[in-house]
Amino acid sequence: MTDKLKLYADIVGWDVIDQLHQLVTPLKGIRVVHVNSTREGGGVAEILNKLVPLKRELGIDVTWEVITGKEEFFKCTKSFHNALQGNKVEVPESLLKAYEQTNAENAEKLRSTLETADIVFIHDPQPVPLLTFCPDRKGKWIWRCHIDVSRPYRAVWKYLRNFIEHYDASVFSLSSFARPLPHTQYLIPPSIDPLSEKNRELDEREIHTIVSELGIDLSRQIMLQVSRYDRFKDPVGVIHAYRLTKKFIPTLQLVLAGGEATDDPESRTVLDEVRIAANEDEDIHILLLPADAHRTINALQRAADVVLQKSIREGFGLTVTEAMWKGKPVIGGDTGGIRIQVVNHHTGFLVKAPEGAALRARYLLFHRDKLQEMGRKARTFVKDNFLLTRHLREYLTMMVSLTHGGGDRIVLG
Amino acid sequence: MAKGRIKHEPFEIKDCALAAIATGKSAQNLKEIRNIIQMVDPGSIYHHFWGGLLRTGFDDPEYNNDFASWARHALHDKVLAERLGMIDPTEFPDLEELRRELVDIIEERLDASEVIPWCEPDEQFHFITSQIVVFNTNKVIKKPRELMNVIPAMSPGSIFYHFIDARRRTFGNIDDFRAWLYGFDKLYLDLIYLFSTIDPFFSPLTELRQQITDLITKYFGENVS
Repeated sequence: MTDKLKLYADIVGWDVIDQLHQLVTPLKGIRVVHVNSTREGGGVAEILNKLVPLKRELGIDVTWEVITGKEEFFKCTKSFHNALQGNKVEVPESLLKAYEQTNAENAEKLRSTLETADIVFIHDPQPVPLLTFCPDRKGKWIWRCHIDVSRPYRAVWKYLRNFIEHYDASVFSLSSFARPLPHTQYLIPPSIDPLSEKNRELDEREIHTIVSELGIDLSRQIMLQVSRYDRFKDPVGVIHAYRLTKKFIPTLQLVLAGGEATDDPESRTVLDEVRIAANEDEDIHILLLPADAHRTINALQRAADVVLQKSIREGFGLTVTEAMWKGKPVIGGDTGGIRIQVVNHHTGFLVKAPEGAALRARYLLFHRDKLQEMGRKARTFVKDNFLLTRHLREYLTMMVSLTHGGGDRIVLG
Repeated sequence: MAKGRIKHEPFEIKDCALAAIATGKSAQNLKEIRNIIQMVDPGSIYHHFWGGLLRTGFDDPEYNNDFASWARHALHDKVLAERLGMIDPTEFPDLEELRRELVDIIEERLDASEVIPWCEPDEQFHFITSQIVVFNTNKVIKKPRELMNVIPAMSPGSIFYHFIDARRRTFGNIDDFRAWLYGFDKLYLDLIYLFSTIDPFFSPLTELRQQITDLITKYFGENVS
């Protein structure tokens, strides 16, 4: 047992770690590859940064490859992202060509790794066509979709489905995201790592130092949303909710903490929109943090009084789970994965509009006992459902099932 | 019932988890859900009746199966929700019988409806099935009295496996505890009877564990094994 696994056992219990070992036993000797399009920034990279090392700790031979592309490629995949989440986006033929060409070039570099692997995880739409360029693949290929594709723009979904339907399985975060496809579709919600820099315990002095250095007044109430500057996260709606709340709590501050993902060319435009909406309000702190500002995010989430994730579409909000793990109830958009993360009136509130967010924020700020009670429930809920160990258990179960069969029952040990 | 089993086998305590799998089938109105129930994999019917027990809950669920809950919250049909909520899956010998009961109740409601009840697109019923993964805990007991020590420490997954999932695996569709006790000839018939009085359908697993613990503690407190 490695020291790292012991640390996880301290949090989730030895039984859970033992179950992971039992699942790994039939997988001994297999080689696994994960492929996505960015090493840092955004939830996918964050999950892989934690999941891949933990698989290695358990003795699995696993590597993580990142495809590279030029501006046109990322422009195309950003359009896909928007279209899959429901926006009517026409993607020009030239961008589709760049998309396929980029995948062909990456396949040249990765072919031997991918074709010889026993299991290949392809994350999100960016590397989806790689399968087409690996005709001599020997392993099982799994498409892991991290985004809300419950109501995709049909033309784009049809285009991507031509690649996806050749996979051996796919993974979605929620049942409502699953699409009619000719293979097994596993439902595995993402997770957070309780030992990561972003989630580990911080002492009060450290929190105070970090947050104060950002110019935020810890003696006044803090409303926080941590997320990329993306319209689906509705940062402008959050500013509206803050203004409605501030009428009743004049000392309230709003912190919008986000960064830029290398695969999101729109974030700069959205950031400009946010700055315009903030209209130089000194109590609105718009932070553009580097991708490795994990401790800063950790401190902000611990210092916040009210945490929002007012997304209008959301695959699964990792920042929701992070805040809940720190004992904060979350006011989340009533959409996508947030619906399984926030148990309405227990671990937070689900809202449809900025007005709803403001109403719930006022309630929590005026009912501190309720805020704390919901925060305790939120932490327990995350411990039971959304930590990395549960996520890994479900991945390993799927891998055992795909490589060994097992029908509706897999008996281990 | 389950008499004639191998006698005095040790009882191996297992744990389990469910891996959810989308069937790709979803319903937006009452007719669609009836049609899908008629042909969906029986594992999906099982999942929507029992799978919820392994989810973390903060209070007693309003309804004990996903179909009733959908009727109430997506279709806003309280009458149908109450009728579906009254289905006790333990009363049916197999999932096909349970499926027929579901279809009967829905068809009765469809017959009485002038328009087909429907829901918003984002409230659709998504049919899920599941794969159960069974873990070895390396805990084994040889005497029924030892149940007193092991049951209070069982995980919710263990309780699910031995008390709920067992009904799909055992002769007579009973829980693993009773199946094991039958192996001791007629020594524990009274304890077997007590186990049969626990209704597994209306309690969260932690509460179920407490009920079994109380029953075992009381029994062995009053009887010499």
